[in-house]
Amino acid sequence: MIDARAAVFLGLLFAAAVAVPLMSLMAAPGSGLHLPSYAVSLFGKYLTYALLALSVDLIWGYAGILSLGHGAFFALGGYAMGMHLMREIGDRGVYANPDLPDFMVFLNWGELPWFWLGFDMFWFAVVMAMVAPGLLAFVFGWFAFRSRVTGVYFSIITQAMTYALLLAFFRNEMGFGGNNGLTDFKDILGYSLQSDATRAGLFVASALALGGGYALCRAITRSRAGKVLIGVRDAESRTRFLGYRVERYKLFVFCVSAMLAGVAGALYVPQVGIINPSEFSPASSIEIVIWVAVGGRGTLAGAALGALIVNAFKTLFTGWFPEMWLFALGALFIGVTLFLPRGVLGALEALRRPRRGGAPAAQAAEARR
Amino acid sequence: MTITAANSILYLDDVHVAFDGFKAINGLSLVLGPGEMRAIIGPNGAGKTTMMDIITGKTRPDRGDVLFAGEVDLTQQDEASIARLGIGRKFQKPTVFETQSVEDNLLLALKGPRDVFATLFARGRAEERARIDALLALIRLEGRRRDLAADLSHGQKQWLEIGMLLAQDPKVLLVDEPAAGMTDAETMQTAELLRAVAGAHSVVVVEHDMAFVRALDVKVTVLHQGAVLAEGSIDHVSAVPEVVDVYLGR
Repeated sequence: MIDARAAVFLGLLFAAAVAVPLMSLMAAPGSGLHLPSYAVSLFGKYLTYALLALSVDLIWGYAGILSLGHGAFFALGGYAMGMHLMREIGDRGVYANPDLPDFMVFLNWGELPWFWLGFDMFWFAVVMAMVAPGLLAFVFGWFAFRSRVTGVYFSIITQAMTYALLLAFFRNEMGFGGNNGLTDFKDILGYSLQSDATRAGLFVASALALGGGYALCRAITRSRAGKVLIGVRDAESRTRFLGYRVERYKLFVFCVSAMLAGVAGALYVPQVGIINPSEFSPASSIEIVIWVAVGGRGTLAGAALGALIVNAFKTLFTGWFPEMWLFALGALFIGVTLFLPRGVLGALEALRRPRRGGAPAAQAAEARR
Repeated sequence: MTITAANSILYLDDVHVAFDGFKAINGLSLVLGPGEMRAIIGPNGAGKTTMMDIITGKTRPDRGDVLFAGEVDLTQQDEASIARLGIGRKFQKPTVFETQSVEDNLLLALKGPRDVFATLFARGRAEERARIDALLALIRLEGRRRDLAADLSHGQKQWLEIGMLLAQDPKVLLVDEPAAGMTDAETMQTAELLRAVAGAHSVVVVEHDMAFVRALDVKVTVLHQGAVLAEGSIDHVSAVPEVVDVYLGR
């Protein structure tokens, strides 16, 4: 059961996963078809953002949970991968210490803290990139949902959560590189991060993760549990009085979403070459929600599309007028809310299929605003 | 035969609840037998909806007993467990899943496993489909099966919600103002529908519409200021002077 939207989305993603590596590795440099390696990493970064947007749409679009702290789960996944990449530097750091990352030598630390143990293994870092955000989401969500914290109150405490983590990760004593974060990575799995082939590989991995994440979210939202979640979004008390434990459904989907965000973060870090506490900033979490709103909430593919559109626009715009970006983002959000209440994807689909009831989820979302 | 706690389906004894000093329920006692239908009337603020909140676990009473089937203490359970015990509730304002089809609304209400992983991997079964067909016929929505609940008329939403209640196969149905906003013909059809389900289920109906209560033709309990003012047939309570004073008036 593949509908048109899923077919187009997965088809385009597959085409990109084939075309981008070919254009980077096979086309002759200088020819019109050649993609420079910075562009490959840039597009790969967009794909990780798209996965992050997808994770937010899963909870916001389908369960009505507006998280304004999802950047925290993304950053935790990123730190898990960053810690592995730091360990992989080995003795090629500035201080040439085979056991300790540079920033620990600089801080005069004698040995590796216990929570860095295991991160020399790639698989361990990958697992932790999902476990750490999943665990945080579980603990946070368990308290929040059990106490029936909903709506704007939930959104505010997620902002507080990511802000608290921002402050914590700024501290050198935390052992995550403080202000500067983790950077100067050399290899991943033995392949140089500077090489075109590695970058193409990371791009393909990001495309696969996005495709897999999309398939997972789609399966969840189309299952009977997905219908329950939509019920929670539209009439929480009705769901409860039908005998569903609303808090468990929310907790489940919140944890899945956090783990997807963690995977996105883990793929983001090797492609941008750095992870620092600014990823925890409350503003970046709000930006993710804007991507989803721009693309079309409650559509999955729309969320991914929104992340691509806004970030491509951001790359161009910050090149032209760097200090005007936040104003442009704000204007974009207001414009979309006023003129495209169902997002870009909603508007595109409405063009193709003029007036046939329209997309139910987005309409209800509008009605409740 | 007098009904005692032991052979009752719902048993409320000397229940009190106050909100910021306002005594919403003040020594309420009410006993409902298995298969019985009861109409509850009373002026605004008499405590009708609060009583339903107490039975369904939304509000905890300050004191008093609330027993289900003579043994389960409902004051110790949350909404989901009470729903699973077999107490279904229809809200005053029709509350259905607007963005989902009529069919899916009933599917979600059908009695069955309610846990995350059970529903995540659930597949539609033939007996579920048959049950949904039967319910659609009962609530007269066969033709609207695939339509969104949002597109139903107000009266049809009320019926859909009653259908969702029946889909749970509850032992007790609590129905809050089912006839609100209905045409006269719909009101009479709703009374007919509720009479048809009573017997197999116990039903508590809260209603303002006296023609509707008369059409139900069951024992009536009059609430006033959080306690029972009178109980009996509609003709009996209509003749009680206090009831005339506080409620029927004129």
